[in-house]
Amino acid sequence: MDVLYFAWVRERIGLPRETVETNAATVADLVDELRAREPRYAAAFAETDALRVALDQELSDFDAPLSGVREVAFFPPMTGG
Amino acid sequence: MRIVVQQEPFKPGAEMDAFAEGAAGSGAVVTFTGIVRDMPGGGLQAMQIEHYPGMTERSIAEIAGQARERWSLADVLVIHRHGSLRPGEQIMMVATAAPHRKDAFEAAEFLMDYLKSRAPFWKKEVTADGADWVAARDEDEDALSRW
Repeated sequence: MDVLYFAWVRERIGLPRETVETNAATVADLVDELRAREPRYAAAFAETDALRVALDQELSDFDAPLSGVREVAFFPPMTGG
Repeated sequence: MRIVVQQEPFKPGAEMDAFAEGAAGSGAVVTFTGIVRDMPGGGLQAMQIEHYPGMTERSIAEIAGQARERWSLADVLVIHRHGSLRPGEQIMMVATAAPHRKDAFEAAEFLMDYLKSRAPFWKKEVTADGADWVAARDEDEDALSRW
């Protein structure tokens, strides 16, 4: 699936998007897998309370299932307006 | 309903005129324009705005759709810029047209409250000392509870 990063999450990981092969059942499982990869991922996902997640461009939760999802995005709370 | 996400500047006056003309017979048009605020004492070099193409348009359309369900609105306009902006530049604009002003005012405030924390935009302030992401404020999240 495609995994997208925005704002400081993108900066900490060092790329805006990547394709990830995963069997993670939920967003939280995917986060655990990413965290285990490299320190830059661990740094970006240090506090999931400080993060939001969107599944196929809809805001979602970290305990949401990933089956059928094509695009996951991680980002800090939004600051529009 | 018109939703525009763009890098280019826009002219609020011209947008307001065109919007009001399209909503002729409405009785009330409310517009809000957001401006890049300088820091106290100056010093803001730029406000960089990042967004999530695709989700941005989708979430704004959803928020505008909710506004149209809750209030009697003839039309809604949302313009939001992204990219690098300087202090004093317009960031965004919301306009609502309704038969009566109460609906137009309330819907405009609702749109603003939701755009602030539910549309995928992120702001970064650039000063001589470096660049910092603007943190989301608790007040912005609390503002949603009144709706």
